[in-house]
Amino acid sequence: MSDPATPPLLAVEGLHSGYGRIPILGGITLSVREGEFVGILGHNGMGKTTLLRTLMGYLPATAGRVRFDGQDVTRRSSTARAKAGLGYVPQGREIFPALSVRENLRMGCLLSRRSEDETIADILATFPRLKAYLDRPGGALSGGEQQLLALARCLCGGPRILLLDEPTEGIQPSIIEEIIETLQRIGRERGIALLLVEQNLGCIAGLSERVLILQKGVITREVPPEVARDRALIDEFVGMN
Amino acid sequence: MDLAGLLAFNVVTGIATLVLITLGLGVIYGMMRIINLAHGEFMMLGAYTAVMASGAGVNIWVAMLVLPPLVVGLIGLVLERTVIRFLYGRMMDTMLATWGVSLGLIGLVTTLYGNVVRGVSTPVGSFDIGRYGASLYSLVIVAAALAALVGMFLLLRLTKFGLILRATMQNPRMAAALGVAPNRIYMATFALGAALAGLAGGVLAPISGVSPAMGAAYIARAFITVLGGGPAIITGTGLASGLFGTINELVSFKTTPVIGDVALLAAAILLIRVLPQGITGRYLRRSL
Repeated sequence: MSDPATPPLLAVEGLHSGYGRIPILGGITLSVREGEFVGILGHNGMGKTTLLRTLMGYLPATAGRVRFDGQDVTRRSSTARAKAGLGYVPQGREIFPALSVRENLRMGCLLSRRSEDETIADILATFPRLKAYLDRPGGALSGGEQQLLALARCLCGGPRILLLDEPTEGIQPSIIEEIIETLQRIGRERGIALLLVEQNLGCIAGLSERVLILQKGVITREVPPEVARDRALIDEFVGMN
Repeated sequence: MDLAGLLAFNVVTGIATLVLITLGLGVIYGMMRIINLAHGEFMMLGAYTAVMASGAGVNIWVAMLVLPPLVVGLIGLVLERTVIRFLYGRMMDTMLATWGVSLGLIGLVTTLYGNVVRGVSTPVGSFDIGRYGASLYSLVIVAAALAALVGMFLLLRLTKFGLILRATMQNPRMAAALGVAPNRIYMATFALGAALAGLAGGVLAPISGVSPAMGAAYIARAFITVLGGGPAIITGTGLASGLFGTINELVSFKTTPVIGDVALLAAAILLIRVLPQGITGRYLRRSL
C-alpha cells in the first residue's frame, strides 16, 4: 500500500508545542505516506492529544514544521488545513449535540466535492448502523454510536488523512471491532492515510502498519505492529502499567 | 367586550414590540455570547435611516422596512471587522467596547443631526374596535415582528447557512475542522443581528420620538427579554416576549405605563430567580 520511494503526505519535523508556557511536545519528527496507517502509542499525559491538536492548528507550533502534501501548513488555520485534506476526529467525538445525525453528516459534507445526498447515501452504506438514527439529536446517541458518527462525518468531507484521537476510549467492545473493520475497509477502498493515537493495544495493533512510541513529548522508537500485541514488550517500551 | 378586544389588541402589539426590539440582541448574544451594549443605538440608527430616507422622498414602506436593516447591517459589519472581532471570547472587553461604540454613535448622531426629536408620520390610519379607536400601524408592527421571527426560524432551520450557524454556535473548533471559517460566520451573525436591530428601529420610528438617545428606552427591556428567553433564540424570544409583553400591557392598563414597566422588571427578576437559564434553559431545550 505504501511505497517508501514516494514523498510523505504528512511530514512533521522537530515540532514543539504546548499550553501557554508549559511545553508538551519537545520536538516530534514523523511522516505518514499516502494511504499509510500509522499508530502512535503512549499513555496519558505524554502528548498524544496535544500532537493532534497542533497538527490540526488548534494549538500554535512553537518550533518545527508541518508539511502536508508538499506545502508548509505550520501557520495555517484549522479551516485551511481541513480544506487541504486533513480530517480530524477528536477525543470525545465532539458531535454537535443539538443537531440531528443527518445535520451532523451534512456539516461533514461541506468539503465534499460531490452532492450532499450522494455523499450521505455513500457514507450510510459504510456505516449502516447510523441509518436508524438520522433524525435523532446527535447528543442522544451512545458513545460508540457517536464515535461512528464522528468518523462518518469526517469521511464525508473526503479527507486525504484521518487524524484519529483515541477512538476506542470508553466504548463497548462490539463497536470497537466495528470501528476497526470499517477503518481497514476505508483504507483499502479509498486510500485514505491514518494517523491514530491510542493506548488500546488491540486497536493500534489491528490498524497500524508502523507503531511509534510517544514518551514525554518525543517519539522514542518505532516498533512493528506485532510488538504492540505483546503487552510485556510494550510495557517495557512505553512504561505502561 | 369592546374593552377586552382593545386590551387584547394592545397585548398583542406589546408582545410584537418586544419581539422586534429583542430579536437582534438575542441573535448576537445567543450565537456569539457577546453582550452588545450598542443594541439600542443600532435601533436608533435604523430609526434615523427611516426618518432621513422618508424625508428625502423615499417611499415610506421602503424607508421603514427595507433601508434600515440594510444600512444598520452594513454598519454592524464594519464594526465587527474593526472592533468586535479582536475581542471574541472576552465578554467584559466586548461589553466595554460596545458601550464605547454606543456612546460614540450617540455623539456622532447628535453632532450631525442635533439633539432634537424627529418623527415620521405613520403611513396608515386607525380603525375601530367597537367604541374604541386603534391604530392600524400596530398591525404593521405585529406583521413585522411575526415576519422577523418566522424568517429567522426558517433561515436557521432550512438553509445551509442556518445549519452552519447552529453548528458553529455549538462548537466553533469542530466546525473549523469541517471547513467552516468561524470568523466569517461570526461576522455574518453580527451583521444579521445589527440588521434586525435596524429593522426594529425603522418599524418603531413612526410611534416613537426619534432622537440620538432613544436607544436607552429600549435596551433594558430587550436585555431582560433575552435573559428571560434563555439559550434557544427564536423560541425563547417568542415565549419571553409573550410573557413579559402580556404582564406589561395588563398592568399598564390597570395602572400606568410606569407601573407596567416596573411589573415587567419584577416578573423578569422572579423568572430569573426560578429559571436562572431562562425559559428555554429548562423547557423546550431542543428548539431553536
